[in-house]
Amino acid sequence: MYFEYFVEGGDFTNAGYASSQIKKHLKELGVDPSVIKRSVIALYEAEVNIVAHAYRGKIKIFINKNGVKMLLEDEGPGIADVGLAMKKGFSTASEAVREMGFGAGMGLPNINENSDSFNIDTVVGKGTTLEIIINF
Amino acid sequence: MNVKELAEKANLNLFSGAAGLDRQVTGGYSSDLLSDVMGYASEGQVWITLQKHRNIMAVASLKDLAAIILVKGFEPEPDVLELSEKEGIPVLGTQKQAFEISGEIFNLIK
Ligand SMILES: Nc1ncnc2c1ncn2[C@@H]1O[C@H](COP(=O)(O)OP(=O)(O)O)[C@@H](O)[C@H]1O
Ligand SMILES: [Mg+2]
Repeated sequence: MYFEYFVEGGDFTNAGYASSQIKKHLKELGVDPSVIKRSVIALYEAEVNIVAHAYRGKIKIFINKNGVKMLLEDEGPGIADVGLAMKKGFSTASEAVREMGFGAGMGLPNINENSDSFNIDTVVGKGTTLEIIINF
Repeated sequence: MNVKELAEKANLNLFSGAAGLDRQVTGGYSSDLLSDVMGYASEGQVWITLQKHRNIMAVASLKDLAAIILVKGFEPEPDVLELSEKEGIPVLGTQKQAFEISGEIFNLIK
């Protein structure tokens, strides 16, 4: 199964749409609730990061009998220091974004904790691709 | 205890989402950081916060939370009311600050 979603940078009104759709699909497939929970956490954080930090992005979700693979490809500033970005509490989010309760620097660590495989491929000035795999 | 009973006992006012008043409350989570709630709140908990924009409904729905409780007299933005009705997740309010209402609810449901 394959699903695709588009995300606009700065558009917080639709943040979480892809996550809610994927939650629904996984439920319909009868996937284990704890796997659904982990998938939703990881995808939501990745989705919000495109909104908060990039210009636009495409989300590609592959579901097969073994698990779910999520690719989030964005055009954006990229991440200069991935090691630093992965640290709990590190955030470059704007003051406005922080006031909304985003920008706690917990997104990437949350993705890492909830996935079975997590890779960040990023080029400064071009964009970032996340590959998140969660096994059933 | 369900949301309705909790609302009565803790003297919370209902903004929206009456259809979800029978949701069972398994606990609570107090935080104003969405990633914190996303990562660490559990299904069936009430979320105590001062955030009042539409993204709180997305988080509450994704996490299957029982209800959202806005503190210090904060009122939800119009989008929140609409989404709360649609999702059947109640949004409630109190004049109390987070520490006080958290303590009260902790004692009510422990
Ligand atoms: N898609 C992205 N494009 C550019 N930078 C990103 C992206 N995702 C994360 N980052 C960088 O990594 C930091 C940490 O991300 P995260 O842990 O999700 O925390 P937060 O989003 O709360 O800032 C961000 O503040 C940002 O600097
Ligand atoms: Mg983030």
